[in-house]
Amino acid sequence: MLKIENLHANVGDTEILKGLSLELNAGEIHAIMGPNGAGKSTLSYALGGRPNYEITSGSVDFDGQDLLELDPHERAAAGIFLGFQYPVEIPGVSNLQFLRESLNSQRKSRSEEPLSGAEFIKLAKEKAGLLKMDMDMLKRAVNVGFSGGEKKRNEMVQMGIIDPKLAILDETDSGLDIDALRVVGSGINAIMRKPDKAVLLITHYQRLLDLVKPDFVHVLAGGRIVKTGGPELALQLEEEGYEAVAA
Amino acid sequence: MTATLPLPTKRDEAWRYADLKALEPIWPKLDGPEKVTVADGESASRQITVLPMIDGVGIVDLDITIGDNATFAIHVLVSAADYGRIQVKATLGKGAHFELGGAILGSGTQTLEIVTETIHAQPNATSNQVVRSVLAGKATGSFLGRINVVRDAQKTDAAQSVKAMLLDRTATANAKPELEIFADDVKCAHGATVGELDKQALFYMAARGLPPELAQKLMLQAFIADAFVSMDDDEQRAIIEEKALAVLEKLS
Repeated sequence: MLKIENLHANVGDTEILKGLSLELNAGEIHAIMGPNGAGKSTLSYALGGRPNYEITSGSVDFDGQDLLELDPHERAAAGIFLGFQYPVEIPGVSNLQFLRESLNSQRKSRSEEPLSGAEFIKLAKEKAGLLKMDMDMLKRAVNVGFSGGEKKRNEMVQMGIIDPKLAILDETDSGLDIDALRVVGSGINAIMRKPDKAVLLITHYQRLLDLVKPDFVHVLAGGRIVKTGGPELALQLEEEGYEAVAA
Repeated sequence: MTATLPLPTKRDEAWRYADLKALEPIWPKLDGPEKVTVADGESASRQITVLPMIDGVGIVDLDITIGDNATFAIHVLVSAADYGRIQVKATLGKGAHFELGGAILGSGTQTLEIVTETIHAQPNATSNQVVRSVLAGKATGSFLGRINVVRDAQKTDAAQSVKAMLLDRTATANAKPELEIFADDVKCAHGATVGELDKQALFYMAARGLPPELAQKLMLQAFIADAFVSMDDDEQRAIIEEKALAVLEKLS
């Protein structure tokens, strides 16, 4: 589904990704772990097409398309969902309006019929319920006045509504209490653990991986994948630390 | 503004940012301010739009006297093709309320302004002014808001919130609160900001699938909605918001 080859990316004048290669197939969940500053967030932004994240060489193929040729909103329409480490507040724009416009923009670019107001509300209610989020919060402005945990939960509600092929989740577990982590973990499983979908989980902690069991665990250090293994690698990292494992 | 008066100059504070060249040909035709009186205990409101397709130069000048415990609300949309100016003088009686909501939407070389003078002449009166500007190209949008609180106007509560969004670095926004307070037990709040669209929010919206032009539209729509939120009449609000949206779509 996603094939990253020898990706180099700069933020400003600094090279952060230095030849990263990674392949995800449909039905797989991959976890990326790594020390601070290794390039984990840069990878997610580079894949999302964030301005100022400049790809200097390498290629990214998504379902047969050259991902790097697409604008950020086109990548979303192609089926990529980026879960933000720090979800952004948008004053004055309600969650429901934002998500309906987003979903219908995606559908339009795929030549699908837009969802009516009633169809959309039904869908939003279902996904909010899955993440145990109050519908009233969806009527409020996007992330405005939300706690850190509520913002992350909102990201997952958005993912449920948008129903992407590939989710790239950047530290979705940070800022969540234990109960919220459980809700978010089971949300990811319910929405994304399907034979035609894939997930790239960026995380610091084993805890999320107990709930969302990865098929592969990668260690990202110095802008490259330095080690790949199964779920046991995450346990080993937790025990021994990055330095020992990645060395 | 009457035919007998000389054309104002830039030295005149209230005309400092005006487009005097555009003003000159119509200056002799102006009648001076329209006087509006709201009787004690009554409430009145007005919506004014100065739009590019109708007005090359559009000037509205109001002198409003708001009686004791009376209310006057004015909501304006300023976007004349060349030069648009809404000038409002409001004199408040005891316990009166004056509400102004304004959107200034400009591009090209438009010069647009809202100039207010709010006179708290009696105690216990309140006023609230909210102005939102969206400016592109080489447009200039200005708000000059003077508030006078006379010596006996205790318990005055006056507020001004002025925010401008520049879509291009070549556009200009001026925001000038001017407070003259002679009473000692009053509240006068004023805030002014000039900014650009939040790039992080634009990327966030794109990451959810919104094309840039739609993301920008949603953000600007939310931004100017502040100016009309105080309208009691939902139908009137919908009309002015729709007009604003139509102008906004041509801006970017």
